[in-house]
Amino acid sequence: MASNAAAPFWRAAGMTYITYSNICANLVRNCLKEPYKTEAISRERVHFAVSKWAEGKPEKPTVRTDTPEA
Amino acid sequence: MLRRATTLLTRSTIPLRARPFSTDVAETAPADSTFSDAWKKVVPHIDPPRTPLTFMKPRPVTPSSIPTKLTVNFVLPYASELSAKEVDMVIIPASTGHMGVLPGHVATIAELKPGVMSVHEGADVTKYFVSSGFAFIHANSIADIIAVEAVPLDRVDASLVQKGLAEFTQKLNSASTDLEKAEAQIGVDVHSALNSALTG
Repeated sequence: MASNAAAPFWRAAGMTYITYSNICANLVRNCLKEPYKTEAISRERVHFAVSKWAEGKPEKPTVRTDTPEA
Repeated sequence: MLRRATTLLTRSTIPLRARPFSTDVAETAPADSTFSDAWKKVVPHIDPPRTPLTFMKPRPVTPSSIPTKLTVNFVLPYASELSAKEVDMVIIPASTGHMGVLPGHVATIAELKPGVMSVHEGADVTKYFVSSGFAFIHANSIADIIAVEAVPLDRVDASLVQKGLAEFTQKLNSASTDLEKAEAQIGVDVHSALNSALTG
């Protein structure tokens, strides 16, 4: 197996392919014309809550959201 | 020393029980006959359940002569842009440069860079700007192109592209850490690709 073929610049800087791909997609979405831009951005919104469990009970959840606080 | 040369040379070089390649998949999905027989013995009046393998469509055969059209499946995470569409050619923005794919193209896996993908069908050309993704071209002239974001060129706003390009060139000059430089470089690449797509 050939040893480290020239890694792309983002890999060399410690970024994974998924991060690179998502950054590219976000940049493209931000350059769209109006109705398509709001449509694309609202399509990609996420809202979720993650909580760690300790001793059989959930701890306080961290909520990650793109929806503005109502 | 060379007494056994003739034996060695005439011996077959293929190992006796060569394993088939994984790419030579059976053309029809195998149904497990021992399971269905055992089921019918216990529950004769109900049909045996189908297993996931039987739901899968078998891989289309690689035809012996080059087909006349390329079948393209172009999918995004949220929509299927083209589904088994027969076209004459697609030009994909691979990371190694724009690559034209004709029917009968050698099987390839190509990583895509931000750029324009054009689908040629007779005299019609449909262009999409692809943010990034992969293209899998199979030996049987079926191309699966997957992208995270793909927009027709008329949905791109030129002024936003210019603003973005200026902003990221600025960020590239002022970036300090490797990560910031990488992000700024990605910004510059994507915006300049958008720019040349709009003007070219």
